[in-house]
Amino acid sequence: MPRIEESALPGVGIRYEFNTEDGRRIGVVHHRTGRRELFMCEPDDTDAAVVNMSLSEEESHALSEALGGSTVVANLANLQQQVEGLAIDWLMIDERSPYANRTIGDARIRTRSGVSVVAVLRGAQAFPAPGPDFAIQAGDTLVVVGTPEGIEQTQEILRTG
Amino acid sequence: MDESALFLIELGTVVLALGVMARLAGRLGISPIPLYLIAGLALGEGGLIPVITSEDFIEFGAELGVIFLLLMLGLEYSARELVQGVRSVAAAGVADFVLNFTPGFATGLILDLGVVPSVFFGGVTYVSSTGIVAKLLGDLGWSGNRETPVVLSILVFEDLAMALLLPVLGVLALGSTLASAALTVGLAVAVIVVIISLVARSGDRIGSLVFHHSDEVSLLSLFGLTLLVGGLAEGVNISAAVGAFLVGIGVSGDSVGRARSLLTPLRDLFAAVFFVFFGLQTDPGDIPDVALAAIAVAIVTGLSKVAVGWWAARRVGIGHQGRLRTGALLVARGEFSIVIAGLAASMAVGQELAALSATYVLIMAVSGPIAAKLADARRPHVVLS
Repeated sequence: MPRIEESALPGVGIRYEFNTEDGRRIGVVHHRTGRRELFMCEPDDTDAAVVNMSLSEEESHALSEALGGSTVVANLANLQQQVEGLAIDWLMIDERSPYANRTIGDARIRTRSGVSVVAVLRGAQAFPAPGPDFAIQAGDTLVVVGTPEGIEQTQEILRTG
Repeated sequence: MDESALFLIELGTVVLALGVMARLAGRLGISPIPLYLIAGLALGEGGLIPVITSEDFIEFGAELGVIFLLLMLGLEYSARELVQGVRSVAAAGVADFVLNFTPGFATGLILDLGVVPSVFFGGVTYVSSTGIVAKLLGDLGWSGNRETPVVLSILVFEDLAMALLLPVLGVLALGSTLASAALTVGLAVAVIVVIISLVARSGDRIGSLVFHHSDEVSLLSLFGLTLLVGGLAEGVNISAAVGAFLVGIGVSGDSVGRARSLLTPLRDLFAAVFFVFFGLQTDPGDIPDVALAAIAVAIVTGLSKVAVGWWAARRVGIGHQGRLRTGALLVARGEFSIVIAGLAASMAVGQELAALSATYVLIMAVSGPIAAKLADARRPHVVLS
């Protein structure tokens, strides 16, 4: 998988981008209004976008479904079989969790337990690689990767804070 | 006619004129700021229709306009973004200040305005218009361009520099002694630094205090808090605008979107009143005397912004065209230049400075977007929206 670069656009939002095999730069600007802006650059000038397209939040979920974004989970299941000592788990957020309606960053899961949240499942949708600003809702399932002890700790964090 | 009828008729005329200007700006695809200024020039002192009865009210509205402009600016950024932004472009930010403050300051001295008013005009020529640049980025579809984080970080640097500059200018406008000015400025800097670092650590405390599921409660609480903090800041000479800016920084996370949708209509109304008030106070008869100086300093500070942008973009390995775009985007001056010039209104040479600043901003608010569009002369760009 290409490495996705993240850059802050102060006052606008966050930009994610990567270079494709044929030398183009492609990415998405997550505007703080929820709108997403898809852009791509030609190989001879990767500084400037030549095509921009604006998508609503729902449309971008639809597009990521169509592109196969939710295969993240399937790939992770394979990973689990390959690597020993690495545990993967699906943790459900219930309404009483102190982090329902707060961000992943607020829970400081990685700092406190060494566990990474690799995706959030909400209904039929999957949000791969959620950033620290991603707001967790009651009913979400977090896909986490780490040591078995770390995951137990994470479960405790999500339940009691 | 009795006073209150006259008051409503005057105010209605002014606000309606602003509506016409905003519509025209939309039609032409330009920033409404220069048109608001023109409306003010046309209506006010030395203009077509004198505005007398409602002047006090408009002046108060203008004060609120500055507070809303700075509150919304603060909402644009989280404390973390401010710290990161300033760090990432520190050298370019300083170069930007030196290259764009100095021409304004020098022009003030050459025109014999005096040292303090010259400092104000340096501030006017220094700050780019965050509003115009943000709109250009969206309109031209440049958010995905490699140089965009550089441009936005320079704007963050400028906005923070302005938050430090405003109390300095406020004290200078009062004509205080050097010692008391230094004390106020020291206090202001300390307060700003402490608040920003507190907010960066503590998260969305203000948001959880102020916001409620009812929009009415949220609006009244946020507005009240802003006025209160602004008033306290003004009381210790830090300037109400800076207080409002800090409240805006303090609101972060999920509350920002709500705060913005609640406040945008108020900001649009009162900011328009602020620009028109600045125009009202400025005598269009003074403009011919300062026009030449304004044009000269506009050319110099247009080029110096391009130079700063070019250099800042080159430092992060961006190509020629991208460097040019970075510089051209920064050319526009607008709302904050007028905020700075507005502070100087009470001074003895206020009239001349106001005419000079209004002319300068008229030139830069119009030519900035033109410069940006020229810098984009290359293959066709498809924006699907």
